[in-house]
Amino acid sequence: MASDNVAPYLKIVDVTKKFGDFTALQGISLEVFEKEFVCFLGPSGCGKTTLLRAVAGLDIQTSGQIFQKGRDISALPPSERDFGIVFQSYALFPNLTVRANVAYGLENQKVAKPKIEQRVTELLDLVGLPDQGTKYPAQLSGGQQQRVALARALATEPGLLLLDEPLSALDAKVRAHLRHEIKELQHQIGVTTIMVTHDQEEALTMADRIVVMNNGVIEQVGTPLEIYSQPASPFVADFIGTTNFIDAKLVTPTSARVGNTDLSLSASPPGIAEGTEVTLCIRPEDVLTGSRADGAPNQMTLPIHHVEFLGSFHRLHTDPVGGGAGLMIDVSVARAREIDISVGGSIRVALPAEHMNVYTAQR
Amino acid sequence: MSDAAATTAPIVKPKISRDDWIMRIAMMLIAVYLLVGIAFPLYALLAKSFQNADGQFVGLANYITYLTTPALSWSIGNSFKVTLIATVIVMFIAFIYAYALTRSCMPAKSLFKGIALVPILMPSLLPAISLVFFFGNQGIIKEWLFGAELYGPIGIVMGEVFYVFPHVMTIMLISMSLSDARLYEASEVLGASKIKTFFTVTLPSMRYGLVSAFFVAFTLIITDFGVPKVVGGQYNVLATDVYKQVVGRHDFQMGAVVSMALLIPAAFAFIADRIVQRKQVALLSARAVPFQPKPNPMFDRIMLAFCSLVGFIILSVLAMAAFSSVVKFWPYNLSLTTKHYNFQLMDGGGWDSYFNSIELAAWTAVFGTAIVFFGAFLVEKSRGFQHGRTAMQALCMVPMAVPGLVLGLAYVFFFNHPDNPLGFLYHTMPILVICTITHFYTVAHLSAVTALKQMDPEFEAVSQSLKAPFYKTFWRVTVPVCTPAVLDISMYLFVNAMTTVSAVVFLYSSDTTLASVAVLNMDDAGDQSPAAAMGMMIVCTAAGVRLLHMILTRGIQSRTQAWRKR
Repeated sequence: MASDNVAPYLKIVDVTKKFGDFTALQGISLEVFEKEFVCFLGPSGCGKTTLLRAVAGLDIQTSGQIFQKGRDISALPPSERDFGIVFQSYALFPNLTVRANVAYGLENQKVAKPKIEQRVTELLDLVGLPDQGTKYPAQLSGGQQQRVALARALATEPGLLLLDEPLSALDAKVRAHLRHEIKELQHQIGVTTIMVTHDQEEALTMADRIVVMNNGVIEQVGTPLEIYSQPASPFVADFIGTTNFIDAKLVTPTSARVGNTDLSLSASPPGIAEGTEVTLCIRPEDVLTGSRADGAPNQMTLPIHHVEFLGSFHRLHTDPVGGGAGLMIDVSVARAREIDISVGGSIRVALPAEHMNVYTAQR
Repeated sequence: MSDAAATTAPIVKPKISRDDWIMRIAMMLIAVYLLVGIAFPLYALLAKSFQNADGQFVGLANYITYLTTPALSWSIGNSFKVTLIATVIVMFIAFIYAYALTRSCMPAKSLFKGIALVPILMPSLLPAISLVFFFGNQGIIKEWLFGAELYGPIGIVMGEVFYVFPHVMTIMLISMSLSDARLYEASEVLGASKIKTFFTVTLPSMRYGLVSAFFVAFTLIITDFGVPKVVGGQYNVLATDVYKQVVGRHDFQMGAVVSMALLIPAAFAFIADRIVQRKQVALLSARAVPFQPKPNPMFDRIMLAFCSLVGFIILSVLAMAAFSSVVKFWPYNLSLTTKHYNFQLMDGGGWDSYFNSIELAAWTAVFGTAIVFFGAFLVEKSRGFQHGRTAMQALCMVPMAVPGLVLGLAYVFFFNHPDNPLGFLYHTMPILVICTITHFYTVAHLSAVTALKQMDPEFEAVSQSLKAPFYKTFWRVTVPVCTPAVLDISMYLFVNAMTTVSAVVFLYSSDTTLASVAVLNMDDAGDQSPAAAMGMMIVCTAAGVRLLHMILTRGIQSRTQAWRKR
């Protein structure tokens, strides 16, 4: 969807936001394309909400520019920008009915009464609440309130939809369901959407592209698959999913020494000199076990300390490969029937070079 | 961190929207109101205290005269003495009363809560007049004082204890109901005795409440004018001194100096209280489990006896005022009559004063609520303009620190100044309304802020994204949601406008005499029974308004319960 020859719908250039001495955003640049669904993902305090509020004009950045459809909106108040927004609290007007809430924005556009009625009915159909129009927000469930907020935000057909942790206040089942629904809806009406979330699962399932943020800077921008399989930094690798960190020293561009063992690598990124301390990252599910480890490079046998049962798979905690923390290995329930994973025993594993990412050691 | 890039990048200057402009201008207007209503008059007062009778600057000369004239400066010591004694006594009684309401299982708790609030409905002159009927020269139980004289410190302390009891009791009640039951359970499980629990759990958890109650009581008492006016006798305190200097001796300069002497302790107590309250908020944020008392027949009976005694005293003070207003000639002819309600025959302005008071209270409630609530909304919800909002917030807090007498006198100096273009307001109803709104601004402002803070902070953001002007959302959402608070504020302003004497006593004219001032003047003229009668008119009106407020609030609650979460 993101293509180089298309002008971006939203362009953020070198945006910095300071609150007194504290720098909440540091030189953020980003492009969002039309009809794209982008997630700002990061731990709390990383600046993702600050960035969203800067895009909305609610907390205008200290420096830097923001363009929407080529128009410089950097200094404009929210009322002069084109967006709809849904907050974590939904901020539905409690004394107005669902219909009045959805119609609120339309009334300000001087749309004729019957037109408004028609549009509101349309929107309530769209979000699946055709017969809840006369109720008050407090009489609806959290998920229903969320949909009303969505309908209200979409009523004026904004070019940009901003979602600030829209699902965090809901329980797990409803959240999973709405995740899918919002994504469908966004696809159906094709509105460019930015969603802020701290929930990686939400970001991975919903976003076309994910912007991973930490400490006020962007760590990585990419599709969910890119972010997951080729994290640009140990932070991303750690924040998204679970990962093993192995301390090593680069021997050649394709091998690293861990303790007394040499591990072969597919390729280390350019710019890391031989002899540098590095961190190797491999996901627990990418570690090969049992027969799959046969003949593979980087083989070793590790004692098992502890086994966690996590539903569809077991997570084994073993001795470290060299120094440092022990290794986590995920073994599916099906595979666990074939190999012995009892605590106190050992397991033969292989670390496939193509799934090992290499980073300059931090700290 | 590459700071170089960030420091060279141009700072974005947010564009100010139409809404922002309107809000800022509105805020400026309210700021102007507060400047005219409090800041300028206070300045005029301060300036006056450094001038001689001809208006020439004389430096500290007035202050030196004041401090070196024992007849004048004694009242400082007197004021502190009676204030501290009354404060300690009222805190002691209110503590036990509140303790009984929160920690015992005695019956009729809500009845006792209601009785404790009765003094709020009375101008402070009225309980003092009641005391005269009890303990004065012809009092029915004057021998209970064992020959001591009511007029003087004894009378002042008794009257003040009665007058501030509801305020102190309410603060203690709130701080006691904040106690966390889990701490009591932990203490019990660890085997601590009841007394140890009291000193290690109960008292520490309400220390801020106690300190706050102390300062509130101290301020209310030292600035109160009604009680010492009626039962102070020859015992001078600061509040009566201001009045005597101005009304009795027409020495405005000295009045200004005594006002400053009264303003300083009141302002200090106010600031100390604000600091303490800020800490209490931090204490509150933890999620606590409310304490549920367990029955203990012995303890409950003692508490019931105590509250009954206090309640009985409160009601008998009220009953005495009511009774004395309908007997023919106290104490010689106790047959009933309504002649004391024939105010036309008395000093003080007759029935007109009563209707003037109603008018004042109504205007104060209507305009005061509108200004206070809209002002609080602007301070809380406007965008940017940080310095302006902070200054405004500070300005809103000032009235609380200024005693009513000081405010009233400051108005005299400011509005009666020959060069003041606003001078036409002097001696009119509007100046009384402005003064009364200002006098009670802070408490009303704080309740509006509390209500507004409970609203979702994103309402304004959402309405901006929907391109709705702020006043539309204010009118369609904020006001309806805050209706109970708006009613509370208007009732508070109405009742206080009815009962207040201190600020308006310098400002009324023959066309704008007020009921509370009439009570003062009739009492001054020795007409205690008509004074009590007018006082009862105020009590009944205030009680009626409270009742109306209760009915309205209930009605609104039930009509809007569909969308109000409870």
